[in-house]
Amino acid sequence: MANEFALDAIAGSRRLIDRLGMIVAVIAACGIALPFATFRANRIVAGEALSVLQALPAVQLAMFLVVVLIATGTVLLSKRLPYRLAAGCAGLLCVLVAMGVSATYLSPPESAAARVGPAAGFWLLVAAFALSLTDTLARWRLSPYRRLIALALAACVLAALLGSGLWGEVSILKEYAVRRDRFWEEAARHVALAFSSLAAAVVAGVPLGVVCYRVASVRQPLLNVLNIIQTIPSIALFGILIPPLAWLAANAPLASELGISGIGAAPALIALFGYALLPVVTNTLAGLNGVPEATRDAALGMGMTDGQKFLRVELPLAFPVILTGIRIVLVQNIGLATIAALIGGGGFGVFVFQGMGQTAIDLILLGALPTVFLSFAAAVVLDALVELSARRGNARSAA
Amino acid sequence: MTKVGILVRTAVLALLIFFLARPGAFEALFAPLTKRGAPPIYTQANLLYLALNHLALVGIAVLAAAIVSVALAIVVTRPSGEEFLPLSRALANIGQTFPPVAVLALAVPALGFGAAPTFVALFLYGLLPVFENTLTGLSTLPQPVMEAARGMGMTDRQMLFRVELPLALPVILAGIRLSAVIAVGTATIGSTVAASTLGEVIIAGLLSNNLAFILQGGLVVAAMAVLIYDALRWLEGRVAQPSAS
Repeated sequence: MANEFALDAIAGSRRLIDRLGMIVAVIAACGIALPFATFRANRIVAGEALSVLQALPAVQLAMFLVVVLIATGTVLLSKRLPYRLAAGCAGLLCVLVAMGVSATYLSPPESAAARVGPAAGFWLLVAAFALSLTDTLARWRLSPYRRLIALALAACVLAALLGSGLWGEVSILKEYAVRRDRFWEEAARHVALAFSSLAAAVVAGVPLGVVCYRVASVRQPLLNVLNIIQTIPSIALFGILIPPLAWLAANAPLASELGISGIGAAPALIALFGYALLPVVTNTLAGLNGVPEATRDAALGMGMTDGQKFLRVELPLAFPVILTGIRIVLVQNIGLATIAALIGGGGFGVFVFQGMGQTAIDLILLGALPTVFLSFAAAVVLDALVELSARRGNARSAA
Repeated sequence: MTKVGILVRTAVLALLIFFLARPGAFEALFAPLTKRGAPPIYTQANLLYLALNHLALVGIAVLAAAIVSVALAIVVTRPSGEEFLPLSRALANIGQTFPPVAVLALAVPALGFGAAPTFVALFLYGLLPVFENTLTGLSTLPQPVMEAARGMGMTDRQMLFRVELPLALPVILAGIRLSAVIAVGTATIGSTVAASTLGEVIIAGLLSNNLAFILQGGLVVAAMAVLIYDALRWLEGRVAQPSAS
């Protein structure tokens, strides 16, 4: 059986055309064939779809096609990861730059209301190269530090692209331009909602997890309650919290002085906190349960007191698992914080729901894309931290 | 499951069905929660219809997601599909970082308002838990059993259908359970893009500041989620038993 696998692997590596490359090539070909950009006379009317041939001036079009072709060809034919990485980066960057160029080229100078936005072809090309990049990075198995550096580099390139004004005429940035201050205000509020609820959940959840671990009779009832909170749909939980908080604000002078009111950030924070508790508590419990019995005995044998054993042995060993819980919560809270906009809690959801109300796609994207980027970045950073802490834990227990 | 547990769940189920069929009977219960004579029970649409629609949407999306992700997991655990394993793992991880509201909102331009974007969001969220669990189930099979099956002269196909999948079934079902429970909650958000699910009741409550609506929508969804969770866990227990004996 093992021999069969080995033979197959050799056959696979000898195959001239990379199979993932074929998928990437098919997606990219569809991307070229479908409309690249849409042109709209104003932000709400239905748009006119334009192919790549119509969306780019001749010279840039030639350059664009050459880069896309070479990048796709490399992914199709080369097995070497550095080449594939370069091809993926070049392809992605080229498509992004082309969108900016196209928007500048298509926007009539006399009309400020006209909008040029990305269309299906653009998204497919982005997907094709993102797919090949994901595959390359997954096979490369970068160390945690390198993953963090890669993320920082990607963020810098993105910031440079957006800051350079190249994308200035693209519809999403036009929506941004008219509400620049509001955007950063909501961004700050989104981050504050996600992180402060996380902090509260860690402060409350880790001790609760420890209690669960030590006191068997508390464990099941507490976990049951937390499980039930998870099943309440998020929009309902946000809503259910409004009346009690409104009552509190009306009847307790201190509460209203603290800025607590029925709608706004207070119910959003409490709801996010409620959802965050279960992963923190269960992971703390799992982490503590995972500490080997022998290690515990050794700590007692060394003459450690109960408190010392807990602080110096059990908690450090459980830390990577607790951090995994924090990762789950942070990604989940960044996503759920978009719903806070429904109850006046602010955040990027404000733009998403406004956009849905006005059927203005660009406005939806202005809210959705930063949210996706934020949760993706949070996942990458925390995954790296989890790996680093687990490695350090292993090194310590081996030493 | 204990006797009390079964009794409580049956009672919850009976109460749920009774409430959906005759919501009017509960008017007095919800009336104190309303202000200025607002209606205590949501009547713009039939609650039973909304609940069934909600469940149908969840059921179809989870079923589709389960079929696709089990098939995908089988492909990437075969020698011929091994090269896609790192990519599919990475994609499953990245997919999980996409917030539900963002997926819904991004699907609307392509698919319009209504059930279609909700279906896409539920489908995408359903994929990940089932895929991960099937992968775990298929890659942690006991080696002696596999060798015994191979020694009996089973072909690859026989191994897959008679040994690997049956052994991995409890883990796969656990993934489906997770997907289904997440989907029941996520489907309520679908009402922000005009899908007719129970989220409609909650959103109507948010818009008209009517706590009774929010509470009845939320409670019905939560009860459904808990019952589905328990029912699927019971099913897992039944499936896991033969191999344990």
